[in-house]
Amino acid sequence: MQLTLEFGGGLELLCNSVKIHSVDVDHKVGEEKVQLTMKDLLAWVRKNLIKERPEMFMKGDSVRPGVLVLVNDCDWELSGQLDTILEEKDVVVFISTLHGG
Amino acid sequence: MAESEEERRIIREMESLNDSKRKIDDQIGLLQARLVQIRQNNHSTKTYGNELSSHDIYRYSRHLLLPSFAVQGQANLLNSSVLVVGAGGLGSPALLYLAACGVGRLGIVDHDVVELNNLHRQIIHNEAYIGRPKVESAAAACRSINSTIQVVEHKEALRATNALEIMSKYDVILDATDNAPSRYMISDCCVVLGKPLVSGAAVGLEGQLTVYNYNGGPCYRCLFPTPPPTTACQRCSDSGVLGVVPGIIGCLQALEAVKISAKVGDPLSERMLLLDAMSARIRIVKIRGRSQQCKACGDTSPLTRQQFEEFDYESFTQSPLSTTPLKLKLLPGDARISSKEFSKKIKDAEPHILVDVRPSHHYKIVSLPRSLNIPLPSLEDRLPEISSALKKEQECRGLDSGSGTGLYVVCRRGNDSQRAVEYLHKMGFSTAKDIIGGLESWAFDIDPNFPTY
Ligand SMILES: [Zn+2]
Repeated sequence: MQLTLEFGGGLELLCNSVKIHSVDVDHKVGEEKVQLTMKDLLAWVRKNLIKERPEMFMKGDSVRPGVLVLVNDCDWELSGQLDTILEEKDVVVFISTLHGG
Repeated sequence: MAESEEERRIIREMESLNDSKRKIDDQIGLLQARLVQIRQNNHSTKTYGNELSSHDIYRYSRHLLLPSFAVQGQANLLNSSVLVVGAGGLGSPALLYLAACGVGRLGIVDHDVVELNNLHRQIIHNEAYIGRPKVESAAAACRSINSTIQVVEHKEALRATNALEIMSKYDVILDATDNAPSRYMISDCCVVLGKPLVSGAAVGLEGQLTVYNYNGGPCYRCLFPTPPPTTACQRCSDSGVLGVVPGIIGCLQALEAVKISAKVGDPLSERMLLLDAMSARIRIVKIRGRSQQCKACGDTSPLTRQQFEEFDYESFTQSPLSTTPLKLKLLPGDARISSKEFSKKIKDAEPHILVDVRPSHHYKIVSLPRSLNIPLPSLEDRLPEISSALKKEQECRGLDSGSGTGLYVVCRRGNDSQRAVEYLHKMGFSTAKDIIGGLESWAFDIDPNFPTY
């Protein structure tokens, strides 16, 4: 499944300072493709994209406090958080909240 | 470089003239405040079919000509009050626009003074105000743009103990601060007082903006119930910020405050604007609504005034409300050296290696001569370079291996250098010492011409 993943607010520093990643992620159980949830995607991101300090991105099996997750420009709280089911061409944004001014 | 007699004379004369100017400015400020008060109490001011005076009609005519804003919008604005917390990068443009457009009463809270390295983005201040309170500088600028509004100076740090009293006097609050505990505190206070909050933030080349606690929308805690780890909180003084980025967000904050005060348009509630200046992209995303379980605004146990006043925001977020830089103490005294002692070692030509563990773009700004730049994250991989540098120094000096070649570590303020020395000790470099206070202490104690940033 083709997805666009974007990192912002400093999170891009955890993946070689690259902000936009076009990725191909499939979730299989055995040989059979099954639905990809945000929970699966987070595990995939942690394994494949996060190059350093994973604790700055995740806590347990979710994102760390202070990170907003947006699926197609919409807060993942509104689509079921970790249970959000992803579809072809979805855009997922991970953004760390800023405090400076 | 020593100053010439001529330079000194000019500086003296400028200081004395600036002094006189300051006194005159203060007098003008007092007179203006009195005039505003007299005019406000003076009911005989003639109006023409609406609340606006002849002066107001002319000054705000371009607002009045907007069909969607018009006389009612301007009248609402003139009758409203806005508090801007923080007269920095965000607060500067916000205050200028809010003063110019005729917010009836404009409050400014800040406890800082103007510094030279603020001026690239905090455009409300100018060189003449360096060293003076930001509130005074910002208030003077606002009054010089619009002498007909009331500008209120709150020259103090906002704390849980004074926030209710200060914020209760205003209709709309702007969060233009620069740290996590202030953001939680200001949002909670807005919840307790039932005030809308226009929240902006900017670091590096990114900015964020949203309106909290507006018309049943979420508060800051609805979005961020748990504070982030302190290591995730970038500060402009560490991470840098492109001046115009907070400028843009500050202007947008002013815009949202004007819309709310004038009662026009759709405020940015339950939505968030994300600005990525580097790639020239702005996205507006939909965010969650008010959470029933929210510790501040939720239905189960909404925050009370007393709970608010007693809440410890600094321990909740593990970071201080003021922007004083962190001063770690990780090492025992004998593993550290002051910049004075280090400069003596250079003078006495003692054999040593100096490792600078700052990021390379910091190193390019300024560095000590003969230092070796190994940024902290790459220290582990580059230990062999340190070993070979030590060996080379010994050979150059014609020393036996094992004789005392010093290994010193420096950074900007003396925190990362301690982390580095801690690691070096673990890896067998038992003589490594950090320079207490880093390059800042070098500039302060040894070489006043050494650039700081
Ligand atoms: Zn809330």
